[in-house]
Amino acid sequence: MSLLELDDVSVIYRIASGEVPAVRGVSLSLDSGAALGVAGESGSGKSTLAMALLRLLPRDARVGGRILLDGEDVLTMKWGRMRAVRWAEASIVFQGAQHGLNPVRRVGDQIAEPLLVHNLAKPDAARKRVAELLEQVGLPAWRARSYPHELSGGQRQRVMIAMALACSPRLIIADEPTTALDVMVQAQVLTLIKELVAEHGISLIMISHDLSVLADVCDQLAVMYAGRVVEHGPSHEVFHDARHPYSRALAAAFPTVGDPVSRLAPKGLGGDPPDPMQLPTGCSFHPRCPVALDECATMDVELWAAGAGRTAACVHVQEAS
Amino acid sequence: MTETQAAAEAVSTTRPTLLEARDLHVEFASRGRRARAVDGVNLAIGAGEIVALVGESGCGKTTLARTLLGLERPTSGEVRYGGNVLDYRSKALKAYRRQVQLVLQDPMGSLNPRQTVYEAVAEGPRIHGLPDEREVVTTALSRAGLRPPDRFFLRYPHELSGGQRQRVVIAGALALDPKVLIADEPVASLDASVRGEILALLLRLRADLGLSALVVTHDLGLAWNIADRVAVMYLGRIVESGPVEQVLTAPRHPYTQALMSVLPESPERVVLTGEPPDPTRIPGGCRFHARCQVLASGKAAEAGVDGKCRSELLQILPAVPEAQAACHYAALSQPGA
Repeated sequence: MSLLELDDVSVIYRIASGEVPAVRGVSLSLDSGAALGVAGESGSGKSTLAMALLRLLPRDARVGGRILLDGEDVLTMKWGRMRAVRWAEASIVFQGAQHGLNPVRRVGDQIAEPLLVHNLAKPDAARKRVAELLEQVGLPAWRARSYPHELSGGQRQRVMIAMALACSPRLIIADEPTTALDVMVQAQVLTLIKELVAEHGISLIMISHDLSVLADVCDQLAVMYAGRVVEHGPSHEVFHDARHPYSRALAAAFPTVGDPVSRLAPKGLGGDPPDPMQLPTGCSFHPRCPVALDECATMDVELWAAGAGRTAACVHVQEAS
Repeated sequence: MTETQAAAEAVSTTRPTLLEARDLHVEFASRGRRARAVDGVNLAIGAGEIVALVGESGCGKTTLARTLLGLERPTSGEVRYGGNVLDYRSKALKAYRRQVQLVLQDPMGSLNPRQTVYEAVAEGPRIHGLPDEREVVTTALSRAGLRPPDRFFLRYPHELSGGQRQRVVIAGALALDPKVLIADEPVASLDASVRGEILALLLRLRADLGLSALVVTHDLGLAWNIADRVAVMYLGRIVESGPVEQVLTAPRHPYTQALMSVLPESPERVVLTGEPPDPTRIPGGCRFHARCQVLASGKAAEAGVDGKCRSELLQILPAVPEAQAACHYAALSQPGA
């Protein structure tokens, strides 16, 4: 059975000037021990979706559909149960490690906090566990006594990961965990995340705008555009042989060094992501699409089969099948 | 307005040097110690050339860029523009800054939220007292790909997308008709699909206006996308430089090799441990030796250079266009280099 199952999930923000549909009917599933990458640009709804998984959205957001974590619907959970699920079953590593930590508390105390709050350990045992966790993320145990400002960006991101691991969750949601980190530090953190997934059987949902990073860490990839999944499949296939023109553009945005095709030829996409309050008709991507047909402006697209274990929401895929 | 098609133009080999750093040193006081942020750099940017300056945070690349702009004064060494040593008197510096313009990262932070696009772009021309302000702004916006320009005059930054904001920042730099752009992480804060468009714009500006550019970045893919030459900086010095095709397909310095190896899809990773070391404590010998994978693996010892790596300083690389690396081990395979 899958650990996480999203069934037609939608999120609408209600603001003064109306309703903003940020996520529009996303269905995905994640097996135990698997890693799923969610790709998209700002405004695609990928972070909103991540927050919705643990009901961390502000009150003006309305979430629809079903989110089953181990068979239990997150959206109908009682508040107490929700609190127990957070950290213990699923935890989030946020982007921007500099803001996620309390600057006036030692990092050891911050890592221990979820353990103590959930009564999973007495203070003594928690201290031991903190040392273990720090070691797991590649930091010496004495770092527990450090304050966040004494750590570098990469070390702070490691502390965030240690925090997320504290209660031995089965699922970790990592939202742009390496954005703003240097290449070498990014490689260190990605290697760590890969090891954790492989060695501890933790499931992972990783969110990023960088397809190459996701393809490197995750088995499956879902590409989001304007609140919908527009392509889904095994990550290497999606990255190297995308079926949706938007995924192709995202993949080409980060060139392979050494590839003569991209030398002195940066690839981009004209136009800008759409305003969610004024979505284009038909396929939301058609105004920016390099291969759009006339009918794309009016026809509804859905995720059509696009090869073994793959789907894509593009009329060209439907025609091919 | 897809600029992506703005095709690559052939890289000519001989370009007269326009902007140059000669044996540049910049030091700061840092908690009672001296931080050698730039510790001996020779770098030349030719007319119409795009050079990528690559390195991790803390390697001194931003300090080097700021010094080239005249925003920092070198502790020793000099910045030369068009063959003349940079004059730091305010009038001369003002004239210099018309020629060499900065393009900042994070356009949201570098644009005044209460200024219209027109005002933002007109600011430079006003300071320099240029005539025909409206014409200047119109041309700059149009060159930056914001067309038709008058439709953008009265917009505010928050009404624009990230890519459009970055174009406004570039238009502000273009308004003064500079010869060189110095761009610090020009696409780091932009969405993936917009990134290529902005890079293509830089290439087009070079093709249309003959602009030179120094692009400061930690992104090797960016260097591959737009630069003619690349200089890799580590702890205040350039450790490898040369034509992009050569340096990025056959890197010779172990540090460049490690940077390349952590790109996604690279077959064998060399993940250097630890953070980049501290510019207040630059190690003796080769400054990279404490993290060097070639030394750690024993290959340097086999070749008999491990002693040199630990104790013998390397020469500062000259500002030449050919591929070169500051490494005792690499020097063995290519004597004279």
